[in-house]
Amino acid sequence: MSLMQAIKARDASLLPSRRDEAWRYSDLRAAIREIPGASPEASRPTGPPPLVDVEADHEILVLNGRAEAKGFLAVAGAPITLRLRIVSDAEHTLHQSALTLDLEPGADLTLIETYEGQGSAYVSGFSLAISLGAGARLERIVLVDEPADAISISRSEIELQPGARLAQTVVCSGARLQRHETEVRHPGGGADVRLDGLYLLDGKRHADLTTVLAHTAPDGTTRQLTKGLAKDQARGVFQGRILVEEGADRTDARMGHHALLLNDGAEIDAKPELEIYADEVSCAHGNTVGSLDDAALFYMRSRGLPEAEARALLMQAFVGEVVDRIEHDGARAAVQAWVARRLEALA
Amino acid sequence: MLSIENLHVSIGDKEIIKGLSLQVPAGEVHAVMGPNGAGKSTLSYTLAGRAGYEVTEGMATLDGEDLLALEPNERAAKGVFLSFQYPLEIPGVPTLTFIRAALNAQRKARGEGEVSAPAFLKLAREAAGKLKIDFDMLKRPLNVGFSGGEKKRMEILQMAMLSPRLLILDETDSGLDIDALRIVSEGVNAMRSPDRSMLVITHYQRLLDYIKPDRVHVLASGRIVASGGPELALELEAKGYDQYAKAAA
Ligand SMILES: Nc1ncnc2c1ncn2[C@@H]1O[C@H](COP(=O)(O)OP(=O)(O)OP(=O)(O)O)[C@@H](O)[C@H]1O
Ligand SMILES: [Mg+2]
Repeated sequence: MSLMQAIKARDASLLPSRRDEAWRYSDLRAAIREIPGASPEASRPTGPPPLVDVEADHEILVLNGRAEAKGFLAVAGAPITLRLRIVSDAEHTLHQSALTLDLEPGADLTLIETYEGQGSAYVSGFSLAISLGAGARLERIVLVDEPADAISISRSEIELQPGARLAQTVVCSGARLQRHETEVRHPGGGADVRLDGLYLLDGKRHADLTTVLAHTAPDGTTRQLTKGLAKDQARGVFQGRILVEEGADRTDARMGHHALLLNDGAEIDAKPELEIYADEVSCAHGNTVGSLDDAALFYMRSRGLPEAEARALLMQAFVGEVVDRIEHDGARAAVQAWVARRLEALA
Repeated sequence: MLSIENLHVSIGDKEIIKGLSLQVPAGEVHAVMGPNGAGKSTLSYTLAGRAGYEVTEGMATLDGEDLLALEPNERAAKGVFLSFQYPLEIPGVPTLTFIRAALNAQRKARGEGEVSAPAFLKLAREAAGKLKIDFDMLKRPLNVGFSGGEKKRMEILQMAMLSPRLLILDETDSGLDIDALRIVSEGVNAMRSPDRSMLVITHYQRLLDYIKPDRVHVLASGRIVASGGPELALELEAKGYDQYAKAAA
């Protein structure tokens, strides 16, 4: 069952619900009672795109489910930056689209993928099929920053060839229901994957970062680090599954999820899973949910920092680890700036 | 000056400070000694404004201003500095970043402008040099992985840079090696001035050989049970707290 099928059939009962294991914490069926009508065309946004300071060589705009292109092909050679801007401008309507992204062997691409919205209570669906040729390199930076009452489901399927490198950082601020899902087929053979995430939530916002990664052959590495902060009645969901298939020997995979609840009403649901059917595998996962350290906060305040500033500094330090792993200098600086602004709301 | 009158402090249902009075005039250094669990750290946390330390009676003022009504950061901006018995680790926040944020927050609260980056770095280099702290250490997250003695030195470094008016040192000497004790004491002595008051909590006479107190107080069972000149510390070293334990009971 999926959003696409339900939309096609115009039947909300086909939507995934918490009775489906993969949607246990993000009940789409409960959030969408009836399939809304299709979103009309919208005019191009006049404001600057999110992460505007990152210089891009190419841009693809997706506006209310209408994409300027069917896909993008990155050719081998000099590094390229592509901005993929997914914009919703709708009221109580639905739109969706799909795109392909292909990297030739040896291509080097930085993808700045942003989700933004105007209007309210829209449903947005987006899917991306990505393939990386041998030795290609993709750094994907995703920022999902939408209105609090939006429903936004995005999903990507990523295939890599041996020797390729994928580095992904998803940063999101939640919405009524926001889910970003990544499925990776890892070919081993020296291919290297980094799958990071960060959710910064307040109000009644809900964000779900779900990843499914399968090591299908020997000698692959995966590093995964997701961090999150939840304030008010916000709810953060992390589902990370790493599957090491039979024969995927000498796989080296690490998964960490660490979150802080900023007050009592907030909630974090985490489901880290490692499933191993291969030999000589080095795998580890860690999962912690805590709160800001009161003793540390008092110490900081006793040195003169107002409470909000002390909290912001501790939160910044906590999430900084994820942001610091972004390799593209311009993107890292832009995400840092976005995170700093977002933390002001959470402090 | 610091003035404490008939202070009562409870943690939860348990009264820890039971009618404590103490005056530390400007320019003076007062030592507070007393058995483990007497309430020395409770007194310092209360003066710094830690949550959960409930003042049920009495008052504490700094130059006539009610300290107890202020938030911890407001007290800091008024010049209160507590050197913690157990300094906290602040993961992910470089020491320099932390001190600069604290200094600027205090200045802002007092209506002063921010310190420029070069001026701040100069201040930090000077203070680190005096305390024989390797400047590179200040780039590491505050106190994370620092040894006990290094943390105490870092407290004094912060104190020197924040330039407070009321200095409370809670067992700053514990954990310091012989050289560090001398260096830290010199750092503290350099801060003695006619408009500063110091409250030095210690278990050992040796610190008081370096930081010469004007008065020595004995804190036992939540009260000041004896006060005297520097000779009182020598007497305690010889005889222990037995007589005061009885007096307090
Ligand atoms: N959070 C707390 N809950 C209950 N009791 C507490 C709490 N904190 C401190 N106490 C108690 O208060 C009393 C005073 O503790 P305090 O730390 O002030 O002693 P101290 O004089 O500083 O001792 P030391 O010389 O060992 O540092 C002790 O009996 C201690 O167990
Ligand atoms: Mg103590």
